[in-house]
Amino acid sequence: MITGILFGIGVAFFGFVLQTSIAGVNRKVVARVQKRYGPKWYQEFLDIFKLLSKRSVTHGWVFDFGVIMALGGIIGTAMFMPITQNLIAFPEYDNFFIFVYLIAVGMLGMAMSASGSGNPLASIGVMRALTTMLAYEVPFMIVVLTIIKLTGTSSLSEIAAFQQLAGNNWFFIALPLGGIVGLMSLMGMVGKKPFETHIAPAEIASGPMVEYGGKQLGMLFIMHEITVFIEVSLFVHLFLGGADNIIFFVIKYFAVYTTINIISSVYGRFKIDQVVLFFYKWPITMAIVQAFIAIYLGWVI
Amino acid sequence: MLSTKFTKMTKEEVDRKWWEIGDFFRRNSLWMLMYCTGCCAIELPPAMTSAYDMERLGMGPMATPRQADVLLVTGYLSLKTLRRLIYTYEQMSEPKYVVGFGSCTINGGIYHDSHAVINQLDQYVPVDVYVAGCMPNTEAVMNGFVDLMDLIKSKKANGWKDYHKRYEWYLENQKAALGEVRVHDEFHE
Repeated sequence: MITGILFGIGVAFFGFVLQTSIAGVNRKVVARVQKRYGPKWYQEFLDIFKLLSKRSVTHGWVFDFGVIMALGGIIGTAMFMPITQNLIAFPEYDNFFIFVYLIAVGMLGMAMSASGSGNPLASIGVMRALTTMLAYEVPFMIVVLTIIKLTGTSSLSEIAAFQQLAGNNWFFIALPLGGIVGLMSLMGMVGKKPFETHIAPAEIASGPMVEYGGKQLGMLFIMHEITVFIEVSLFVHLFLGGADNIIFFVIKYFAVYTTINIISSVYGRFKIDQVVLFFYKWPITMAIVQAFIAIYLGWVI
Repeated sequence: MLSTKFTKMTKEEVDRKWWEIGDFFRRNSLWMLMYCTGCCAIELPPAMTSAYDMERLGMGPMATPRQADVLLVTGYLSLKTLRRLIYTYEQMSEPKYVVGFGSCTINGGIYHDSHAVINQLDQYVPVDVYVAGCMPNTEAVMNGFVDLMDLIKSKKANGWKDYHKRYEWYLENQKAALGEVRVHDEFHE
């Protein structure tokens, strides 16, 4: 039990280091898209440690407690994430629904803390984040339930093993429409450009983070990096067949994150009603068509 | 044979070491809050985009005062904007730095005889780096940022400490210009 918990914290720390490094490299990638040189690859580490070294103000105990709850909830969620087939902290508990439920703890902590700051822009940001969540969850859930129906299990590592056993046929290829829906939902989850509505620095002054500075903002940055690690890892395990060893996991992870970053670097920002309308129009249609094709007609490549 | 002797460091030395480590992170990741009041603000887009690419230095724009480290005062300040500038500066989390752009923040520039603008910025908030010129060249702006990083490295960017130490003096100047610094009516709450 103790070793499992230590191992889980190690997984969360690995996710933090991996995602922070890859985010720094991706800032260089986006800079090259814009014909710039870009920052150092470890710039994200510098930002986080600088924020932790600053002095900060508080807006009441709800504000402080919410930040700790957000960070703790996300670390607790990341502990269950399998990295490869063998590197799992709690082998029986890597169920997909555990992530769906536990990730809400971190999100709600952040929402509570942002509302505790008393800034109206923070409340608008939280409202928009929840609305975006409502939009992308429905098509994503339809696709994931299709996968669960096909594989007969909801354990992430078993879904990954299923894809590796079937001649390495990833669900991204076997369910092409569903794969595209998954990619679009992932962009909504991570908060990349067309669906960045809840951050919107020029419009609502970075939304939920408007009143944070110094240490609290540093902890929220760490929380954000681990959240992105969880979401991208979910995509890697569900659609790209997981990984046999850690090198393939890092390669697949880097490929997915760089792809969504390059897509997002050429887009503008949607309004919140455009986000909801977009997700309820195209991805949901594609997801339902994909579920019909895969389950009733049995056409799985 | 070389031998290393470990002596126990005093608390001041330990604090100084931690502060130097923090200074390394702070000077390599300066987040700006752009207070674009005057024409010098037009020098910031080329400094940020592909022509000069400020992100090489780890600098980037931030949305709110709480998140930012550097306050850029780009140009003249009328009395109405000075009050907002003071509010903004006091909201920033410490350590914080101020960069004044153009001759308007140094001695009033072409608005030196106007009744509606202030002439010297550093009488109201402490300024760490001035970038002279009307308007400054973009190279000069980038050079000013590198100067600020050097000042942080050599522990001379102490404007925020000075604001604590000589707050009475600053408040006196602010009151002389504005009358009352904190106004409580329906436009300021």
